[in-house]
Amino acid sequence: MISLAPLVEVRDVHKHFPIGSGLFGRGRARVHAVEGVSLAICAGETLGLVGESGCGKSTLGRLMLRLLEPTSGDVLFDGRSLLTLAPRELRAMRRQMQIIFQDPYGSLNPRMRVASIVGEGLDIHRLGTRRERRARVAELLELVGLPPDAAGRYPHEFSGGQRQRIGIARALAVGPRFIVADEAVSALDVSIQAQILNLLQDLQRRLGLTLLFIAHDLRVVEHMSDRVAIMYLGRIVECGPRAEIYRNPRHPYTRTLLSAVPVPDPRRRKLRMALGGDVPSPVNPPPGCALGMPWRCAGVRLRLSRPGAAAMRSPVTSFRRRACRRPTARRCDGWQR
Amino acid sequence: MIAARPAAAPPLLEVRDLHTVFALEEGAVRAVDGVSFALERGRVLGLVGESGCGKTMTALSLMRLVPPPGRIVDGQVRLEGRDLLRLPEREMRAVRGAGLGMIFQEPMTSLNPVFTVGSQIAEAIRLHRRVSRRAAWARAVELLDEVGIPEPQRRAREYPHRLSGGMRQRVMIAIAISCEPQVLIADEPTTALDVTIQAEILDLLRTLRERHGMAVVLITHDLGVVAEQADEVAIMYAGRIVEHASVLDVFEHPLHPYTQALLRSMPSLGSERRRRLEAIPGQVPDLLHLLSGCHFRDRCPKAIGACAEQDPPLEEKERQHAAACIRV
Repeated sequence: MISLAPLVEVRDVHKHFPIGSGLFGRGRARVHAVEGVSLAICAGETLGLVGESGCGKSTLGRLMLRLLEPTSGDVLFDGRSLLTLAPRELRAMRRQMQIIFQDPYGSLNPRMRVASIVGEGLDIHRLGTRRERRARVAELLELVGLPPDAAGRYPHEFSGGQRQRIGIARALAVGPRFIVADEAVSALDVSIQAQILNLLQDLQRRLGLTLLFIAHDLRVVEHMSDRVAIMYLGRIVECGPRAEIYRNPRHPYTRTLLSAVPVPDPRRRKLRMALGGDVPSPVNPPPGCALGMPWRCAGVRLRLSRPGAAAMRSPVTSFRRRACRRPTARRCDGWQR
Repeated sequence: MIAARPAAAPPLLEVRDLHTVFALEEGAVRAVDGVSFALERGRVLGLVGESGCGKTMTALSLMRLVPPPGRIVDGQVRLEGRDLLRLPEREMRAVRGAGLGMIFQEPMTSLNPVFTVGSQIAEAIRLHRRVSRRAAWARAVELLDEVGIPEPQRRAREYPHRLSGGMRQRVMIAIAISCEPQVLIADEPTTALDVTIQAEILDLLRTLRERHGMAVVLITHDLGVVAEQADEVAIMYAGRIVEHASVLDVFEHPLHPYTQALLRSMPSLGSERRRRLEAIPGQVPDLLHLLSGCHFRDRCPKAIGACAEQDPPLEEKERQHAAACIRV
């Protein structure tokens, strides 16, 4: 069930990282990783966050958990600002929000047994007696589909998919309401990826989780999300219900992204729109278009991936004109029908 | 090519019963276990499979670049009828470049950081052609232009770290095509790239193929990329090709249970949400501990007792459509 009340909300958050360590740490240049994002996720909802590498999607995910401090703006969980909480309160709040990482190899301590990895959060939050914790770990392993004897083994004994299950069990241990899945299936093979996607959907339904699903794979995001936000150069350029975004993308960047996804149907080899050039650097981003894509917008053109379709060229000019004069981002504050 | 070729000319590239083995302490890993296929001029073969299925080792075996302790133990790799596995290393070096060109997955690590990109392309040219430095440099700039790098004059004098991932992959492509190979082997050429850049690189490969008439072996795990680019598809599992057919047949009428499962396990644009993906149970196989008979049988919905008894041969089950499964 998706409620209408936002569980997690960011209001006009900015995050700048200084780079090029100037003398005494006074960096001159700054990466504008997140540039004034406002976004709300309703309880029980899955919000998909898509964008290309370096667009700031992981940074935004970490800001929502206050694993990073925003440069400005506010982060709310259940209506309370995370930024004004005392350290003790914040730690208590962390029980309600967890993260699953991309790299199933790098995110588990190789020297810890699975039982300790999964149970660490229970220890930190002092939940239950030792016996209760052990029972809880066993329950979690079963929940994510690992054999009971996994508890006594080390991460290296497991395959990538199984390690990702361990990461999910760890995130679920303390009973969170909100989970950030940061490229949680990107490193997995297709057949294993499907297992983990199904597991996440099952768990979400059973436990009523709210999910921020960060990924660069548009197919996976469409499969998982209720609502989708497209991020580009630190900003949300378009956000709306999944079907709307995928069927009727309005922002030129969204259209380009969607047209770039290869379709697994050899009869539908298609025309593609290509953006000229690379993603601009978020260091000193180019000024202009409020949606942050002036360079590439100017270069939007249709590239024909197959000859013989030159007749399709004409709509492009009108498309480009609309793209740059009428940037239309949908409103992002809350669930929309 | 002045001499007319005989009527029954051999295919441009023909691989017969290729075996590549890694002798490890724990045992022998048969990374490539009897792979056979043929490829004609101008065609694109998509070689598809999950991690560890042997697709990269197949490519490296064609190039005779298998890293130790791996060794090609059996088979033939015939380029225009000439068996490359029997060539002395000196002659093989000439084949790499003019016969077979290769692009690797990691554009970040395949370029030497201490040389300019222009000099790296020029070096590749001078390895194969007796041309002056100046001519090689001019050709390098031309190639950078051909692979779509803006301001090629200036870019040629830059070091790899100044280029983005997509640009570096373009440079790698420029090096691979610098000697106009007959077959281009592209090993996951877009896996490390963002989707918009991926689209551009794939379009570039298509343009180059059409312009130069190269055959391409496109190695990938992305079925979408294969559907868009390949003429024919070979699906690999645990070191073997389990299905080989035209791209239409593989996508619309897959015969092998693994291919069928792979296609169903993949989310695609425009699919209904909440449809459960049909995941393939179990894990990607460990080549050290393979099952007897069909390696896929423990994850296969159609497996029967007989599947354990013999290695299923890759046979033509329908016209131009081969599968390695006794249940088809």
